[in-house]
Amino acid sequence: MSRHRAAVGRWEVRVLLLPAVAWLTALFLLPIGRLFYLSLVGPGSHLTMAHYAKLVTEPVYLKILLNTFEISLAVTVLALLLGYPVAFLMATARASVAALMLACIMLPLWTSLLVRTYAWMVLLGRRGIINDLLIGLGVLDEPIRLLYNRTGVTIGMVHVLLPFMILPLYSVMRGIDVELLKAAQNLGANLRQAFLRVYLPLSLPGIAAGCLLVFVMAIGFFVTPALLGGRGDMMISMLIENQVRELLNWEFASALAATLLAVTAVILVIYQRFLGLDRMWGGVR
Amino acid sequence: MTDRARALRLEEAGPLGRRNVLLAALGVAILAFLALPTFVVLPISFSAATYLTFPPPGWSTQWYTRYFESREWMGATWRSFQVALLTMCAATVLGTAAALALRRQFRGKPLVNLAIIAPIVVPVIITAIAIYGLYARLRLIGTIPGLVMAHTVMALPFVVVVVGATLRAFDETLELAAQNLGANRWQTFRLVTLPLIRPGIISAALLAFITSFDEIVIAIFISGARAPTLPKQMWDGIRTEIDPTIASVSSLLIMVTTVVLVAIALLRRRG
Repeated sequence: MSRHRAAVGRWEVRVLLLPAVAWLTALFLLPIGRLFYLSLVGPGSHLTMAHYAKLVTEPVYLKILLNTFEISLAVTVLALLLGYPVAFLMATARASVAALMLACIMLPLWTSLLVRTYAWMVLLGRRGIINDLLIGLGVLDEPIRLLYNRTGVTIGMVHVLLPFMILPLYSVMRGIDVELLKAAQNLGANLRQAFLRVYLPLSLPGIAAGCLLVFVMAIGFFVTPALLGGRGDMMISMLIENQVRELLNWEFASALAATLLAVTAVILVIYQRFLGLDRMWGGVR
Repeated sequence: MTDRARALRLEEAGPLGRRNVLLAALGVAILAFLALPTFVVLPISFSAATYLTFPPPGWSTQWYTRYFESREWMGATWRSFQVALLTMCAATVLGTAAALALRRQFRGKPLVNLAIIAPIVVPVIITAIAIYGLYARLRLIGTIPGLVMAHTVMALPFVVVVVGATLRAFDETLELAAQNLGANRWQTFRLVTLPLIRPGIISAALLAFITSFDEIVIAIFISGARAPTLPKQMWDGIRTEIDPTIASVSSLLIMVTTVVLVAIALLRRRG
């Protein structure tokens, strides 16, 4: 009986999985595999590393790789600085307050990315609300440039990625007993010492998870940098689009995509090794 | 201060002492930074001005009129609805089937799991150019089936995750009981499993709908010049001119998302 069940089960598993797996193979796995192939062929379909070499030898492209790294790092650090206090407050707040805070954090996640980015264009423009406000208050004499430069990209990306910092931090901090802070102070530590030597080390897994997640999402980001950034802030995803759509240089675009995918995979493997991918969305999903 | 007084003071003031207030103020400011900026599109969308300015010099519904009377905007909206609805059907059926299969142990399961989750973790720009390359050869660019097939790839992982989570809370002995009472496997699914996991399936379906309706990166590549989806139409509009029509579209999108979210929340409460 049980053997019969197992046999039926196996047959059933195949039938149930086949459509989804076939769909993903045809429309996702094979097309991405083809990119890898394209990135390695030169004229006369010889195998070559020339497209990858171009990426690391030509200064224009090195600059774009550097931009991608710098912007992603800045976004990650800022998200950590802003996300840490919020996660701490949420972890130590009453349940009802924490739920309200969580709603504030989830709300933007559910709003169209394009709408959020458009809102920042309205806010940051030359005649936008922030400039008007600062001039009205007498802080500025004339509008400053907040859009189509690195400031705009950074603000927009921090706004979009901040929830992905807060959620893993929160999921770790929820498990830390906040009484430990009081205990350390009762034992003679001042608040700074208690935080640095007790709370901070305990929250490190959350910091690592949040930073890796935000960084990995930042390096592949397309919509926000493409709309808020200027010519000098091109990131790798924008270069990929540019190579495919305007220059039809599939081989080089494929090498860029393969590089981006490899870096993404390495970061995710580190994440999985040390933190577990099931923690990725802060256990909230 | 004696130790006892110190302990008492700590007890009253919370773990951070007087700095609590400062920290709370900082927290409120950061949450405001997260939640509020998006809503700036609401007043802008009702502006009487013909260009983007804040605060609006007067109020009018001209931008909504312009949206509803524009053949391009209406066409894009209708196209997005069709694509999202079809994506929802395809992703929900495929994803629920896969989630049911993934309850069992089998050889290669970790690999299948990885393949199903991959579209979420692979940068979308890579998925977009990969599918663009495929569609260019198959002449699927600018077609509704093409958009649905691509969007289903993006929505599938969410369906598997959400339905999978629902199934983990589902008591499988109920299925065994039904079969012992003479139901075949299809009857068991239709009469026992399906009714019990229905709230999860509906949440997953709504999530699939939103995933497709909001999808922009793939649409930039494959929706072509003549048949844009709503996000593609917005993208083109934003890139050429920041005209307030986009603010009215954005406001409508916020309202639609809110309605869907409330629907999901109500389902969760009932389920």
